[in-house]
Amino acid sequence: MKPTKNNLNIYSLTFRLPIIIWQLLFFVGPVLFMVAMSFFLVKNYRMTEAFEFINWTKMFSKNYFWDSYWFTIIIAGTSTLLTMLIAFPASFTLAFKVSDNIRRWAIFMLIIPFFTSYLVRTFSWYVILAEKGVINAFFSYLDLGPFKMLNTHIGTLVGYMTLTLPLVIILQTVTMANIDRNLIEAAYNLGCKPKSIIQRVIIPLSKTGFIIAAVFCFILSFGDFVAPFYLGGSQEPTLPILILDTTKSGQQWPRAAVVAIVMMITLFSIAFIGIMTAYSKSFKK
Amino acid sequence: MTTKKNNRRNFLKLSGATALSIPFVSRAWASTVELNMLAWYGHGEPDIVSEFEAANNVKFVPKYYAGGDNMLALIAQSPPGTYDIILSDAEFVQQLNMAGYIEDLEPSDYPFDDMLHEDFTKFPGHWANGKLHSVMVRGGHLGVSYNKTVISEEEAQSYSCFWKPEVKGKVGHFDWHLPNLGMMSLYKGNGSGLWDLDNKKWQAVQDVTMSLRSQVGGYFDYGGTFNSLKNGEMLAMCGIGDWITGVLEKDGAPVGSVIPKEGGIQWTESYCIGKGTDKVDIIKKFINYMLSPVGQVKSAQMAAYPGFCITKAGRAALIEADPKEAKRSHQMEGMPNDPIALINDGRIHYRDIPKQQTLEDWNDFWSEYKNA
Repeated sequence: MKPTKNNLNIYSLTFRLPIIIWQLLFFVGPVLFMVAMSFFLVKNYRMTEAFEFINWTKMFSKNYFWDSYWFTIIIAGTSTLLTMLIAFPASFTLAFKVSDNIRRWAIFMLIIPFFTSYLVRTFSWYVILAEKGVINAFFSYLDLGPFKMLNTHIGTLVGYMTLTLPLVIILQTVTMANIDRNLIEAAYNLGCKPKSIIQRVIIPLSKTGFIIAAVFCFILSFGDFVAPFYLGGSQEPTLPILILDTTKSGQQWPRAAVVAIVMMITLFSIAFIGIMTAYSKSFKK
Repeated sequence: MTTKKNNRRNFLKLSGATALSIPFVSRAWASTVELNMLAWYGHGEPDIVSEFEAANNVKFVPKYYAGGDNMLALIAQSPPGTYDIILSDAEFVQQLNMAGYIEDLEPSDYPFDDMLHEDFTKFPGHWANGKLHSVMVRGGHLGVSYNKTVISEEEAQSYSCFWKPEVKGKVGHFDWHLPNLGMMSLYKGNGSGLWDLDNKKWQAVQDVTMSLRSQVGGYFDYGGTFNSLKNGEMLAMCGIGDWITGVLEKDGAPVGSVIPKEGGIQWTESYCIGKGTDKVDIIKKFINYMLSPVGQVKSAQMAAYPGFCITKAGRAALIEADPKEAKRSHQMEGMPNDPIALINDGRIHYRDIPKQQTLEDWNDFWSEYKNA
């Protein structure tokens, strides 16, 4: 029986509607509420409905807001760059130098950290990064240190990488493993050196996957509260810490909503630019 | 076959017995009264409430908060009657009362004649228009908390030790503006007027706080404060006192807290009865339990953070039950840092909220300071 146009619509709606409803209920709805909340007022620790711009003007006029904003972008950007660089040799090895079986096991091992709580994994760094910790114990044998790593930007970056490095390695590995080997062989046969093969064949062909990995890495780092708070000692505070500080004193949820909206707009912009770049045809030449 | 039959028979017997006993079990559960508690962490934990729960067939359901603002917000955002019993920092009781979140109390229900200090009987903010709204159950003092291997007790006698070159990058803050800025206010010599700062004094407090920024190694919550002092990452801590170093000290860490010459701040925890609760009698009983010698000893030994006894009978019971802890926390008459003697000497100031600025002003400055 040939399906009619109506039947087709019902069929497709059956699969699409749950996703649409889910997105409306749990994404669009809360975002709209958050936007509305940013215009509310707080009186006696209780939010009251209003349409005032005071929260926006207040937050935008504070130097500490902009300090936190730029600091968060810089540290999340640094984390993204470092993670991409550190992940690349491991991903390259997994994609080209090991058997399919080992690659499968390696990817499985990289997934395992996600089975445990990120908070627990972060706390475990205390033992390693502390001045009396494992790394400094090693340095003391060389008559070096102790080096301060906890409650510094290094601590924050280590925490970010705890969250993002396995994911970035997986994304890079899967991307590179799917490159047509004939193209690499062709480049080699035409006299390309290994360095040139990486630069002129592998990286351009992995561009989409790499950009997606970098975008994910930035998004996760930008929004993370745990690493800068527990390993970075809150100095300087990132935007997620500023949200906590804003709600902690005076229960200024509307002002926290302003910070959250600015974060969302920033992430949307970066994700949009990233994805546009990843799929841009001009790069596929 | 016999085994199978037996098994089947046993299974049926067991199932029948279980089914028949369910109504009794559920009835027993049903008779347990749940008390919704809003408190700082530790107050609803077994080391404090389990004996009372067993003796009175009640079950505490604690909701923990960190900081008075957080507590007020949780109440404000909950329907009336959500919390049966509220543990409040004393300085926030007035706001609880003004917002109508708590019941009036009958003073004769509580052992005010047994208080160690007369201030505890008529504690500021607990009374309004001759009516009692809250009963103090414990307290503690905030001052200089330090690592004894780097800072001597003599040096710790002034907040100036936070500026010592040896602790550069190793001074931590408990991440709450109120005790930290209160201490800076004391350091600037504001004494009993530490919360009542005109513009000039407030500016001076901000300036001196900013001058400490280069010494600071981090801002921590309870867990972070605890860990950083324990593992030596921080060698001095601003904004805390024996409530954290006491726990570490008992574990053998070389840390301690003293009240410096500029003075210290007292945190005071008080119980209130939530407005609209129908469990007033059992809550009164619990507050009295916490004020009894047994409750006071439990409070002084609380696993989460210790506090000092506020009743004479409580202190006597602590000295008898745990003389080591009584001595460690100076809760013995004649000891130089006896908390009551410090209050009498005028070296302790009760924690309050800013008088001439808003909490928001203080918080804004705190955020600027963290970003500096």
